[in-house]
Amino acid sequence: MKKIMLVVSLLLGAAALVAADTGTILLNAAGATFPYPIYSKWFDVYHTAHPNIQINYQSIGSGGGIRQLQAGTVDFGASDGPMSDEQLAQSKFKILHFPTVLGADVPSYNIPGVTAELNFTQKALADIFLDKITKWNDPELTKANPGVNLPSADIVVVHRSDGSGTTYIWTDFLSKASEEWKNKVGKGTSVNWPVGLGGKGNEGVAGLVKQTPYAIGYIELVYAAQNSISFGKVQNAAGKYVKADLAGVTAAAAGAAKDMPEDFRVSITNAPGATAYPISSFTWLLIPAHIEDAAKRDAIKDFLKWMLVDGQKYNEGLTYAQLPKAVIAKEMKAISLIQ
Amino acid sequence: MSATATTIAHEVPPKSGLRAFVHKLRSGDEIAHLITLVFAASILLITSLLVIELWKTSHLSRAKFGWMFFWTRTWDPIFDNFGAAPFIYGTLVTSAIALVIAVPLGLAAAIFLSELAPRKISDGISFLIDLLAAVPSVIYGLLGIFIVVPLMRTTVGPAIKSVLGFTPLFSGPNYGVGFLTAGIVLAIMVVPFIISVSREVLLTVPREQREAAMALGATRWESTWQAVVPWARTGILGSVFLALARALGETMAVTMVIGNDPKITASLFAPGYTIASVIANEFTEATGDLYLSALIELGLVLFLMTFILNGLARILIVATERGGGRPA
Amino acid sequence: MSRARLFWRKAVNNVMLTLTGVAALGVVSVLFLILGYLIWNGGASLNLNFFTQLPKPVGETGGGMANAIVGSLKLLFLAAIMGLPVGLMAGVYLAEFGGKTFSFVIRYTTDLLNGVPSIVIGIFAYSLVVLPVKHFSTLAGGVALAVMVIPITVRSTEEFLRAVPGNMREAAMALGASKWKTIATVVLPAASGGILTGMLLSLARVAGETAPLLFTAFSNRFWSQGWEQPIASLPVMIYTYAIAPYDDWHRQAWAAGLVLLGLVLVSNLGARFILARTKAV
Repeated sequence: MKKIMLVVSLLLGAAALVAADTGTILLNAAGATFPYPIYSKWFDVYHTAHPNIQINYQSIGSGGGIRQLQAGTVDFGASDGPMSDEQLAQSKFKILHFPTVLGADVPSYNIPGVTAELNFTQKALADIFLDKITKWNDPELTKANPGVNLPSADIVVVHRSDGSGTTYIWTDFLSKASEEWKNKVGKGTSVNWPVGLGGKGNEGVAGLVKQTPYAIGYIELVYAAQNSISFGKVQNAAGKYVKADLAGVTAAAAGAAKDMPEDFRVSITNAPGATAYPISSFTWLLIPAHIEDAAKRDAIKDFLKWMLVDGQKYNEGLTYAQLPKAVIAKEMKAISLIQ
Repeated sequence: MSATATTIAHEVPPKSGLRAFVHKLRSGDEIAHLITLVFAASILLITSLLVIELWKTSHLSRAKFGWMFFWTRTWDPIFDNFGAAPFIYGTLVTSAIALVIAVPLGLAAAIFLSELAPRKISDGISFLIDLLAAVPSVIYGLLGIFIVVPLMRTTVGPAIKSVLGFTPLFSGPNYGVGFLTAGIVLAIMVVPFIISVSREVLLTVPREQREAAMALGATRWESTWQAVVPWARTGILGSVFLALARALGETMAVTMVIGNDPKITASLFAPGYTIASVIANEFTEATGDLYLSALIELGLVLFLMTFILNGLARILIVATERGGGRPA
Repeated sequence: MSRARLFWRKAVNNVMLTLTGVAALGVVSVLFLILGYLIWNGGASLNLNFFTQLPKPVGETGGGMANAIVGSLKLLFLAAIMGLPVGLMAGVYLAEFGGKTFSFVIRYTTDLLNGVPSIVIGIFAYSLVVLPVKHFSTLAGGVALAVMVIPITVRSTEEFLRAVPGNMREAAMALGASKWKTIATVVLPAASGGILTGMLLSLARVAGETAPLLFTAFSNRFWSQGWEQPIASLPVMIYTYAIAPYDDWHRQAWAAGLVLLGLVLVSNLGARFILARTKAV
């Protein structure tokens, strides 16, 4: 008798939990780890302003965002590598790209005893990741860094183990920087790395670099800044060494703002200009063009509008650059494409 | 007719047919039998469903790669070329390292608990070791990242390198993460299984074995090692297979310390990848149906490996428990 | 036999026996090391925030794991109501009703299911529960955990039912009880201590599972309503926070590890206690 009552009360409790609070709109999203710090800030602030809308974003990598969006398990995705023509063609439904912020991939490193900011030529970065430069005191590195006492230790390369837009940006840049990289490895969210340890997400790579002496890894700027990991200057197309910061990223996007294509898919790595940071990129939210559920559709559209105006105010605090005005105006119009 | 013929008023159950069935139903036993049978059969259903789902969803990959899947060493999502070799290698190597460490350690501890320790202490320590078996994998991973990895990188690794660095097994840079670290963490995780099963098996060895050896003048150790342990050898082997099966399927702790690099390298200090780890890392982001299918095919491979090992383990342990120990 | 040889044998004897003792103590000390580290690193972070707050945006300190704790409980609840009855009934079948061949098949299959790596069970739950409805859900996570609960429960139920002495059954039958009545009113209550222990242990085992939840229950930064939404859980949070670079997240991971291990150990100890009490009766 007691057991039956226990079971019944448990079932009632379960039913109560199910019935609880059905007024909330929960949006599930997943994707890039590159913009995760700013997205988590945005979704938190937006939720405080709109308590009935919850946007649950899981940073599982851009590859994950694209995949789960196509599988239909999330309401929208996020990626720093824009979907390719083939991917868009293969998709069962139309997907729109909406740029959100501008960010930068930085070559972060952990060399005990070296606190100086290192200069990296384009060749140096490509060759390190091609496993052709294996020691920190290789001539290609010492040449660019006179006065810095680089040790003869082995370089520990760290890359992403998951499908990543950050990887896309990095390999996109390396493909432009090195013919050999372009032919041997290519660009993509997940490549066949010649060498290195794999970390999961920007978080994982930053964690590995922080804990492994003599490591070098590519991470989004904010991860290096938030965790006090050193990162170096990169030589841009004009030959100048530029450190990743708001000015450099904004300069890289300046040219793209004028010629932004209708679908917003554009690469700004290795951009021209003396002050442009060469490994900059937009990052996009991937929104289905057609959303059945009216409540969800309105919530997403409202969030996008908020993001383009109020949301941008939080960018610089987390070292992401704001979108160019021209791009914002274009996106506002594009929001009406979501039916 | 005499009215004195007493008849006991009881129901004569119908012997056969539908009325028999209905009657049995009413008695309740058949219902109980049926209900429990259905639940038991559902286990069959679940397991078959599992195998079928794995088989079905890995179809794309099996069709494209066939048997080459087992030998291909590349894992290239861009060019859609997938091979299981690096992961099978990583799984086997880490498990082998785990066994090399855990079997001597576990067997020694089991011998202590079954032969030397007084019963109360033995029970107490066994209880504690069973608790070790209950510790979740992710917690081993946590300890792996923050304690074992730095230890390997700063102390143990260089120590090994200074002695054995010339061998191909220990050449190359020492990152802290890698095959060896994963193997060590795995060893800690499987040692409780070896101890608990071996201890039970050793306890079933008949006293005559020990006494005979002692009567011949053997020391305690000699009688244990040369008379008792060989008797239980099949059961101990069974425990090793069980531990191996557990190590093969271990996911979280390994993922956190193996370095996530799908390469086949001789050096134990190098980063690697196991089947379970790659599935955990890449499942949610396998863009492309072939990619996902390849990951599921890996899951199928893992399933088969553990299936065979568990089966062998069962046979060996049951054989010992039935008193099939062979004299030394 | 020469004195030297005897001396050597005695020396080997002493050394080897000591080594076995060292091995046993070494293994046991690992347990205390684990507990010690968790308490040392996680204890300080076990503040009120941890139990009551939701996770904060990336890089900000002070968040907690309230939703993950509730999430783990909800998942365990599902695993219990879906998996335990199946395990119990199947165990009853094997111990009380089973025919020879069919029982063998069931036992073999149960052992097989028990040995399946948890990540493969995750794949199974994904294709069964997530794909058809196209979203991650608490239910999917619950199904994965329920599948893992079943084999452990079956084994312990059967074992403890068989341990009930035959004369109890015979006495009941002699009083005219039918078979099912005997089982329900005599055998099951007699074995209840052991069966409950088995159930508790199976739940404790799946409480710490991470892999099958990675692509079924997924995760959630907020409270999860109902059963159809993704849900946070302690093991997944530990994993996510441990591999990240933020020190605050590391501290929270240790704290969560301590809570999780505490739950598991308390369940195991509780189970032993129940078992000891029922044996004494």
